[in-house]
Amino acid sequence: MEGLLPVLVIVGVLALVAISAFNGLVNGRNRVDEALGQIQVQLKRRYDLIPNLVDAVKGQMGFEKGVLESVTAARAAAVNAGTSGDTAAQAKAENMLTSSLRTLFANVEAYPTLKSNENVIQLQEQLTSTENQIGFSRQHYNATVLSYNNAVQTFPGLLFAGAFGFAKRDFFDAPDAEEAVPKVNLS
Amino acid sequence: MATFYDLAAENRRKSLVLVLIVVAILAAFGASAGIALSGSVDGGIPFALGAFVLGFLLTLGAYFSGDKAVLAAAGAKELDPSAGREELELDNIVNELCLAANMPKPKVYTIEDTALNAFATGRDPEHASIAVTEGLMRTLDREEMSGVIAHELSHVRNFDIRYGLLVAALVGSLALLSDLVMRWAFWGGGHKRDNDRGGGNAIQVIFIILTIVLAILAPIAARLVQLAVSRQREYLADASGVELTRNPAGLERALAKLAGDKEVLEVATKATAHMYIINPVKHFEERSAGFLATHPPLVDRINRLRALRRAKPLEAVGEA
Repeated sequence: MEGLLPVLVIVGVLALVAISAFNGLVNGRNRVDEALGQIQVQLKRRYDLIPNLVDAVKGQMGFEKGVLESVTAARAAAVNAGTSGDTAAQAKAENMLTSSLRTLFANVEAYPTLKSNENVIQLQEQLTSTENQIGFSRQHYNATVLSYNNAVQTFPGLLFAGAFGFAKRDFFDAPDAEEAVPKVNLS
Repeated sequence: MATFYDLAAENRRKSLVLVLIVVAILAAFGASAGIALSGSVDGGIPFALGAFVLGFLLTLGAYFSGDKAVLAAAGAKELDPSAGREELELDNIVNELCLAANMPKPKVYTIEDTALNAFATGRDPEHASIAVTEGLMRTLDREEMSGVIAHELSHVRNFDIRYGLLVAALVGSLALLSDLVMRWAFWGGGHKRDNDRGGGNAIQVIFIILTIVLAILAPIAARLVQLAVSRQREYLADASGVELTRNPAGLERALAKLAGDKEVLEVATKATAHMYIINPVKHFEERSAGFLATHPPLVDRINRLRALRRAKPLEAVGEA
């Protein structure tokens, strides 16, 4: 009997470590999902605002059709990527949408009637604010992913992560991180 | 580097200590005045108790509805985001930065005044309000306003607002009380001494003098507490605001615009001056340094922000 007690103590301690590591991983994963949900709310809002802005400026911006089309196309691509569940692909599509929106904003500046149109001003302000909120949600999400990934890849989480299916998660990359060099087509 | 949790904990502790000190001063006041009036030590007890209860009620009032009093005194009106572009922008900025800071959204107010200023008040982040003058809302662009709002949210987040509110209420009422005592010493106190009833006379004279000395010292002590409140806090709120916006240039430009504003905000008083982002009571020339200033000189605050983006410090505001 005397020999059994230390063994029981060791087994008990190991069980406690395992339980707390497992719970920590579940906790971390839920936080990542919650942070991702926060970004999705903002992105959804942006999807809803864009058609309104396109409609509002369409009549005036006749010859810059290409700009409007690229915004609409980028929006559709982003919505699509959002349903795929691949965070990295979605981040990429959203960054495309952000840059096409910037181009649209820059073009609006050239039209005094649009620039002073109350509806357009309001929509631009809402989109700018949504953009900023996406940025802040992304910072929060990436920080959450960092601490979750650390838990998955370090001891003792390392021992359970694989067995219980806790996979490493992707960051929602900031646009500046991997911005492609713009190609100039002279042909 | 102190975190928000450290700062908030420190402010909660300081708030409690402040309340205890002021209540103790009030009780001492009461006891001293009571003994002076009655001529016996026993006579001081009801007065001390009365002052104690008064201080307690005052604290409760300040804690639970001081923010409403401050907002009402400043003539602040709740912001209507649908009123126009600038209103919408202000409301959006508060939403964005609350998301960034992961804190509940405070109520947003505007003050009908062309002076450039802003303040935050309340007892905790769940019961907080931010007020900006209309002049500020019209003058600052999006980046500058974000800098100012982030500064104010930092005051909310680290509980500067609770301490500031208690300071405003307790400093104000100590000043009022000492004023009353001084009047009493001139009129009532003299009257008592004329009606000399003999017995306890020496005690009475001693305590009359003691009460007067307290009446002179208490407001000075209170004023020093108020000064200690603000200066370091403004630097801290600037720094943690920039941590939120990640854009030191916005707040820097906003402060430069505030420095150029020579208008006095009429609705601000000495008791609430320490709550504002820049000293609202004094004229421009006096807004600079000085031992008795409630706020650090703006050029220092601007230079600390410039250091963050490795820009050269300015000699004086308006140079760049």
